[in-house]
Amino acid sequence: MSYIKKSPWLVHYDGSSCNGCDIEVLACLTPLYDVERFGIVNTGNPKHADIFLVTGGVNTQNLPVVKQIYEQMAEPKVVIAVGTCACSGGVFHDCYNMLGGMDKAIPVDVYVPGCAARPEAIIDGVVKGLAVLEEKQKALAVPVREKQALREKELEPEMAISKSQEAGK
Amino acid sequence: MSEMVLNIISGIAYLILAPVIGGLLAGLDRKISARMQRRVGPPVLQPFYDFFKLWDKQPIAVNEAQRFYVFGFLLFVIISGLFFFTHGDILLVVFTLTMASVCFIVAAYSSNSPYSQVGAERELVQTMAYEPMLLLMALGFYLKCGSFSIDTILKAPSMNFIYMPGIFVGLSFILLIKFRKSPFDLSMSHEVHQELIRGVITEISGRTLAMIELAHWYENVFLLGFVYLFFAWSAPWSPALAVLMCLFTYFSDVLVDNCCSRVKWEQMLSSTWLVTLVAGFVNIMFLMYMR
Repeated sequence: MSYIKKSPWLVHYDGSSCNGCDIEVLACLTPLYDVERFGIVNTGNPKHADIFLVTGGVNTQNLPVVKQIYEQMAEPKVVIAVGTCACSGGVFHDCYNMLGGMDKAIPVDVYVPGCAARPEAIIDGVVKGLAVLEEKQKALAVPVREKQALREKELEPEMAISKSQEAGK
Repeated sequence: MSEMVLNIISGIAYLILAPVIGGLLAGLDRKISARMQRRVGPPVLQPFYDFFKLWDKQPIAVNEAQRFYVFGFLLFVIISGLFFFTHGDILLVVFTLTMASVCFIVAAYSSNSPYSQVGAERELVQTMAYEPMLLLMALGFYLKCGSFSIDTILKAPSMNFIYMPGIFVGLSFILLIKFRKSPFDLSMSHEVHQELIRGVITEISGRTLAMIELAHWYENVFLLGFVYLFFAWSAPWSPALAVLMCLFTYFSDVLVDNCCSRVKWEQMLSSTWLVTLVAGFVNIMFLMYMR
C-alpha cells in the first residue's frame, strides 16, 4: 500500500508566467475546488514537497532557481508543468532570453496545457502525476542488482534475435 | 501492589494508544477546520497517510546531528507522558517537557538556514511564554491537593476546577501555544505555504519530520491530560466529565484557531504573561491564604 498517493504535498514555483496560471493554481485551494480533500497540501518548502508544480517557461535568469528547487526535493518526486508556457515556452518562446519549456531545465513528468490552464485540468494533471509518483516509488524500492536482472530479462528477446542474426551470417 | 500494575498498564496504553488518539485528533482538527471554512476537507485518517508517506521518503539531512536532537525531542515527550500516565510527579512532567522543547530548539539551531534560525528563536520565545504558567499549574495542584503526585490529585475529594478556575483559564491560554494554534502559532503553524511561521522545520524533512509529527501527537494527548486533572476527582463518574471537557477544550482551540489572526511575538509574550500573572497568580494567592 503506497501512502504517497494519498498525501501529495506540492511546491509551486512561478517561472516567467503572466500570473494567469498561478491564479488558477491558487484557485484549486479555494472552497470551490478544495484540493485538500485529496490530501494535497501547498507547502512553501521544497524539502517537504513530493510534487513540483511549475508555471511559466524557463529563461536564463530562473534556470538556476528551478534547478535548485528540483535538487532540494527528496525522492520520489514528480514535476508537473502547468500552462502552455511551462510546456513549450508559449507566446514567449521567441524572446532572446527564453530557453523554452520547463523540460529544458529539469525532467518534466506531466504536461498540463492551457492558457491559462483551468483548475480542473490542473487537478487532473496532479492526479496523473500521482500515478507517476507511485511508479517512481516502486522503482526506488527495488535494489540495483534486481533492476539489472529485470533489464536483462526485458532485453532477452532482442538479444535472442541479434544472436540468431549473427548465427545466420 | 495492584496499583503499581495498573500504573504500568496505563503507561503501556499511553505508549501504544497516544499516537492513535493524537493522530485522530489531528485529523478531526483538519476536518472541522475545513468545515468551518466551507470546504470538504481531507479524510480523518489524513495525518496517518502523511506520517507513513514521510517515513518512506528519501532521507536528507543538512546536519546529521539534527536527527539525534529530533529523536531526543520525541524521547523526552514520550518520557514526560510516561511520568504523567504512570501517575508520577507533576513537577517532573513539567521539567521533562522543558527538556523536550530544548531538544527541539537545538535541532532547529543546528542548521544554518536563516528561516530555521528565526524559527528556533520564535520557539524559544514561545517556551518563555508558556513555561511560567505550567509551573504555576503544578504549584496550584500542590496547594489544592497537598501533593505533587498525580495519584493524589486524581483522588481529590472535590473537583479541582472549582478551586483553581484562574489556573485553568491560564492553562487553556497557553495550550493554544502548545497545540500550535492561531493566534500563537509563531514557529510551527499547521498552515503550510509559509516560510517564517514554519521556520523550525524548514530544514527537517522525511523521516525526521515524521518523528516530529509523532512527538506532537504524543504531546497533545498528555497536555489534554492536564485538562483531565482539573475535572477528575474521587467521584466514579468524573472521568467521563473530564474526557468531555478535554474534547471541549480541543474543539474550542480549533474554533479560536479559525477565528484569530496571528499576533506578533511581543504581543504573545506580554498577553500570556499578563494572563499568567492575573489569572494564575491571583488564583495561587487565593489557594495560599483563603483556604
